[in-house]
Amino acid sequence: MIGTLLFYRRIASPLHATRASIGAAWALSLTAAALILYHPLCLLALLVAVLGAGWGAGVGPRLARSLRTATIVALPIVLVNVLVSRQGLTVFARLGDLGPFGQGDVTVEAAAYGGVIALKVTLLILITGLAGLAVDPDEMLRMFRRLSFRSALTATLATRMLPVLAADSQRLAEAQRTRPSGVPAGARGRVALLSAVVGGSLDRAMDVAATLEVRGFATARSAAGARGRPRRALSRHDIAFAASAVAILALAIAGRMAGVASFAAYPRIEMPTDAGTFALALALIAATALPFCDRRGIDP
Amino acid sequence: MTGAVLSLENVTYRYPDVERAALSDVSLEIAPGEFCLLAGLSGSGKSTLLRAACGLVPHFHGGRFAGRVQLAGLDTREHGPARLGAFAGALFQDPETQLVTGSVRAELSLALESRGESAAGVARGVEEVALALGIDALLDRAPHELSGGEKQRVALGAALAGRPQIVLLDEPTSQLDPVAGDELIGLLRRLNQEWETTVVLAEHRLERCLTGADRVVALQHGRVACDGDPAAFMQWASERAPALQTPGAKLFALCDLHPAPVGVKQARAVLRSLALLGEDDPREPGRAEPARAGAATRRRGARRARKLSALAMRGVWHELRNGPAILRGATLVVAPGESVALMGRNGAGKSTLLRHAAGLLEPTRGRIEASGRVALLLQNPGDYFIHERVDEELSADALEAAGLTAMAARHPRDLSGGERQRLALAIVTDAHDAAQTRRGHARARDDDARRERHDGDVQAPPAVLALDEPTRGMDRQGKAELAGELRRRAGEGQAVIVATHDPEFAAACADRAVLLADGRVIADGPTRELLAGGWYFATETARILGGAGGALLPEEGAELLRRRAPVEVAL
Repeated sequence: MIGTLLFYRRIASPLHATRASIGAAWALSLTAAALILYHPLCLLALLVAVLGAGWGAGVGPRLARSLRTATIVALPIVLVNVLVSRQGLTVFARLGDLGPFGQGDVTVEAAAYGGVIALKVTLLILITGLAGLAVDPDEMLRMFRRLSFRSALTATLATRMLPVLAADSQRLAEAQRTRPSGVPAGARGRVALLSAVVGGSLDRAMDVAATLEVRGFATARSAAGARGRPRRALSRHDIAFAASAVAILALAIAGRMAGVASFAAYPRIEMPTDAGTFALALALIAATALPFCDRRGIDP
Repeated sequence: MTGAVLSLENVTYRYPDVERAALSDVSLEIAPGEFCLLAGLSGSGKSTLLRAACGLVPHFHGGRFAGRVQLAGLDTREHGPARLGAFAGALFQDPETQLVTGSVRAELSLALESRGESAAGVARGVEEVALALGIDALLDRAPHELSGGEKQRVALGAALAGRPQIVLLDEPTSQLDPVAGDELIGLLRRLNQEWETTVVLAEHRLERCLTGADRVVALQHGRVACDGDPAAFMQWASERAPALQTPGAKLFALCDLHPAPVGVKQARAVLRSLALLGEDDPREPGRAEPARAGAATRRRGARRARKLSALAMRGVWHELRNGPAILRGATLVVAPGESVALMGRNGAGKSTLLRHAAGLLEPTRGRIEASGRVALLLQNPGDYFIHERVDEELSADALEAAGLTAMAARHPRDLSGGERQRLALAIVTDAHDAAQTRRGHARARDDDARRERHDGDVQAPPAVLALDEPTRGMDRQGKAELAGELRRRAGEGQAVIVATHDPEFAAACADRAVLLADGRVIADGPTRELLAGGWYFATETARILGGAGGALLPEEGAELLRRRAPVEVAL
């Protein structure tokens, strides 16, 4: 169960070796590119790039599980857009009168636009997943401690407690399976089990709260740990991912402004597929993938 | 005493909604650099005393508090745990709840950052404590990836990161294997000797730490019953509290030898001076003979097991997808009425093996057969309790058989540790409940597979009773009672398998010991053979007697010494 959740674990990869602020900025630039670009070819290139980055960061299988989740979210988007949108001109199926929704004409344009939005949503889910798996949350939260130490610590605690509580629930479920009566059946049994899980979580929370008390949480100072922090020299990976982030963002903006990645779904699909578009797609893949080629000094 | 780092003056404390005082008129002073051991049965007030020392009592727990506690000159009524935390590091039983951040480095930094240390101070503090505790290689690891021993070491590091004057430890070794436990105690001794850190340690297995302690404070019913050096404590325990005696002290008491020894070295010195060690006696069986006898017993046992087995696990593998193999061809055959102690380090595969036996896991390779139901008691008895009252958890017959009828109306979480263990054991072995299940929940798919494999009469008691670390945090008295119960069940024909880190408990409840390492069975033989000759996996009696005669328990050791005693030393 724990393994299926997206938790950061420091492993040997260029992205993990990059400082959290630059890793997060790189993920943000990918997010921005996914939002700026509409051309399906460019979005598909980003999808390939992000999945490749997942493999390069050693979290490919876990990112693939996110892809399954993203698909479950994306498919209804296409379906809803196809059924709701009335803007396309190329009808490929007529569903007749749908009452308050009017004529149920299914258009190619609505399907294409739905597909583009679904692709964008899939990308956002994957990029978030990749950042969650490969960008150190403790380091990120440490940056925010200048603003609010306690809020940052509470957020850290929440991320730490997730696997702990998941393990607790798993243990409790296992214990119930070893009862001769097995897992309690019926609504009453389920309520009893749920209350046991909640009760166990509260006990656990009390223990953790006691630990935090003796570690001085109550006297935490807002600027703690931030004062006089020595400047860390930029590593080769910091530089590579920072350059990659700038390149991705620049490519996306330039592509949009130059019109090589323009896309219009309505009333008819307008989607140039010239050399410029292909070049942009390839450049996006290259800009995303290049920082992963240098694997020196990546050991935790 | 002046300049005490910790002092309690007439402290009386009651937890909220509890009539009985957890601490009654306790007065105590701990000097800087002292290594003080807190002894006492479960519920005697050890944990409460430690929580009062670090300010959690009364600030965190509430309740009624009288008297005065001063830590490093600060009155705990005026200063809360956070302020006191600058002077005292605290380490509790469960390492899981003491690691609150996402990485070891962040964990070690937390206390320092909370106190507003500069970044350079934090970095230096983390580096130093990591080096001192040998956890520098773990700094970038996530807590959930660490073993139990590593987690406890990191939690100790977090407690020590601010260089506190005193560390308060509540049974920190209760979840560790003997090797990790000894390492932790050794570390505390080193901190005490090299840094003059004051240590106050509550522990049930006193034999582990008595030799390093300057002082022992024994608590009974919330009161200080004995306060003296280890020798004085041993004398007091021999006369007034036999349940707190170490096995070595019990051995001496049974032989009427005085004074009670504080450790193995002292015990051996006394026995040597009385020519009772048998080192020069060519007639002395020593270790070789039990080994030969053990081999014969093992051959007989193997033949018997082949003919009739309650549980047969053959070549069992458990390989994780994209992960390591937890079990690597483990084979374990247990006959009806046989009691087996499963031992090994944390992560050796003991719990996984038991889960396979009970059908909670499916082996990736290998075969498992059982002659009937396999009842498994997992590590945490609290995980079994899902109802508000004890009598809702199991049938009236089972409640009576477990001796818990008087607690029928209580909430399971309000029971003592021993009672909770008894209740959980009764739940997993409740035959009446099993019969109900058969009728009521026959559709449960998960359990069907298990029951098909372990088909048998569900109304009969389980054919195999497996227990995973049942003595965690249990005092000697509770362990003795549980060992008796397991012996009784084995006597009735149940096969009993106990995964344990406690050699004394293994010797008391099992005839056969199986040592696991890295998912493999590396040793399998009679308990008196396996636990007599080791360093870590050996009882204190066996270490005192050098494994001679296969004597593991004080009673067996005393018998051996009586046989050895020359006429002029009548025992």
